[in-house]
Amino acid sequence: MTIIEPTDRRNEPRESPDRRRMTREPFVEFQDVYKSYGLKQVLRGANLKVFRGEVMVILGGSGSGKSVTLRHMLGLEAPDAGRVIVEEEDITDLPEEELYRVRKKFGMLFQSGALFDSMTVFENIAFPLREHTEMSEGEIARAVREKLELVNLPGTENLMPVDLSGGMKKRVGLARSIVLDPKMILYDEPTTGLDPITAQKINELIIDLQSKLNVTSVVVTHDIQSAFSVGDRIAFLNRGVFDWVGPMEAARDADNSNLRDFLKASMVTAAQPTHAQT
Amino acid sequence: MTSITENLPASAPNVFVRTRDRASRALQYVGGISELAGQTIRDIVRGPLETSLIVTQFEAIGVRSLSIVAITSLFIGMVLALQTAYSLEEFGVKMFIGKVVSLSLVRELAPVMMSLMVGGRVGAGITAELGTMKVTEQIDALRALATSPIKKLVVPRVIGTTIMFPVLTIVSNFVGIVGGLVIAVANLHLTANWYLRSVIDTVKYNDLASGIGKTFFFGFAVGLISAYNGLRTTGGADGVGRSTTQTVVIGAITVLIMDFFLTKLFLLAF
Repeated sequence: MTIIEPTDRRNEPRESPDRRRMTREPFVEFQDVYKSYGLKQVLRGANLKVFRGEVMVILGGSGSGKSVTLRHMLGLEAPDAGRVIVEEEDITDLPEEELYRVRKKFGMLFQSGALFDSMTVFENIAFPLREHTEMSEGEIARAVREKLELVNLPGTENLMPVDLSGGMKKRVGLARSIVLDPKMILYDEPTTGLDPITAQKINELIIDLQSKLNVTSVVVTHDIQSAFSVGDRIAFLNRGVFDWVGPMEAARDADNSNLRDFLKASMVTAAQPTHAQT
Repeated sequence: MTSITENLPASAPNVFVRTRDRASRALQYVGGISELAGQTIRDIVRGPLETSLIVTQFEAIGVRSLSIVAITSLFIGMVLALQTAYSLEEFGVKMFIGKVVSLSLVRELAPVMMSLMVGGRVGAGITAELGTMKVTEQIDALRALATSPIKKLVVPRVIGTTIMFPVLTIVSNFVGIVGGLVIAVANLHLTANWYLRSVIDTVKYNDLASGIGKTFFFGFAVGLISAYNGLRTTGGADGVGRSTTQTVVIGAITVLIMDFFLTKLFLLAF
């Protein structure tokens, strides 16, 4: 397993405003995490540090445990063995009620958007504010409008989730996940199932939010273009462990044949025309 | 010495393994329901309860079940009166029809039939709703937004079924007795006054308490089973279908089994 820390001189990060905010202080840390579902072992001693202010991209094949990793960060799943540390607090054995306090530090964009389908767009985004703040309805309305503008969806307050396209659902989901101003945003396959233009818009949105909200982000994806557009560092999940962790620009020349093969195959797939286009 | 299993065919161990697995799954299921019951009762006791969500469930479970309860109870009352009259006429005591119909309805038929009918309708609805939320990650989204799905989804529904089942049973008792009245007047040519007087003289407080009292437990069980099956749904639309069927079957069986034990208990108590 190779881990290249962000201060490694060979892989000095690009000079961008986002990169300059990245610190060496871990926001989330996995220590030897194991997780099985029945006979299937998904995580087999995974170690990872996500530093405050960075955009960490978790790459890996289907079923490699990328989403499971995100769910562990939020405490939605507990590891069979190992520790999960969030801001120096061990959350591994916390009861569900204690975890609610920890989860307020996070915003999560689910793969499907996971909007509450009995609520309008407005009610979806207002939900966390009504649950966890004492804001008046006027203040809530202002906050919802502001977040909808941030995700480029003004004027959609009264639509129901069923009226939204896939990309719109993800953007509303994103607005809902950032409405409490979290310290860390988790993105589960943010561009999967979207057309290239919408996918690019989501990528731009992630970069935009990163600079505007000054958060730490973890993006789970197998969309290589998306990974290289938004990420500061890559963590490559292979056979239950983070096989290679390092800066984006070092990934192509990584001393890890699995990662190189994965990147090569992904780039070939991305470059191939689809049947619909031919 | 040879053991019993040595002479069994090769497939025999599979039967044991399957039986053991089924028993293990059944125990896990009962354990899961018990855990959810504990969490639900704890959240109800601790409060605060969200009144608006509970009122919404009263409407969804109670008001929207009124028509199904009214129709089934009316016809149960009428059929019961017809069948009873057929037997009573042989002995020349058809004037006792009010007593037999009202007592059968109030003590047993109305609570159980209403719980089976409404349990099927409401239970399937709750499981399908929560199951769909589960497979579309909405339950995870609730948890990720630091909100308890038990407090937000399970508690209002369980309170809704626990309160509304007895209320609907009262309606069912009333409509069923009216159904008996229709047959008593139209077919047996008794007067309405005679029939109603007979009902009022027959049905005592303990009959009502026994019949209606049971439905608190039926309502709680149906609400809990429906919510639990919804929350443990996996596997997309197929999984939602399976969970919904399971709710209807397990809900009905539970009501019938509980009915036996509660009847014994109430007979001792009242």
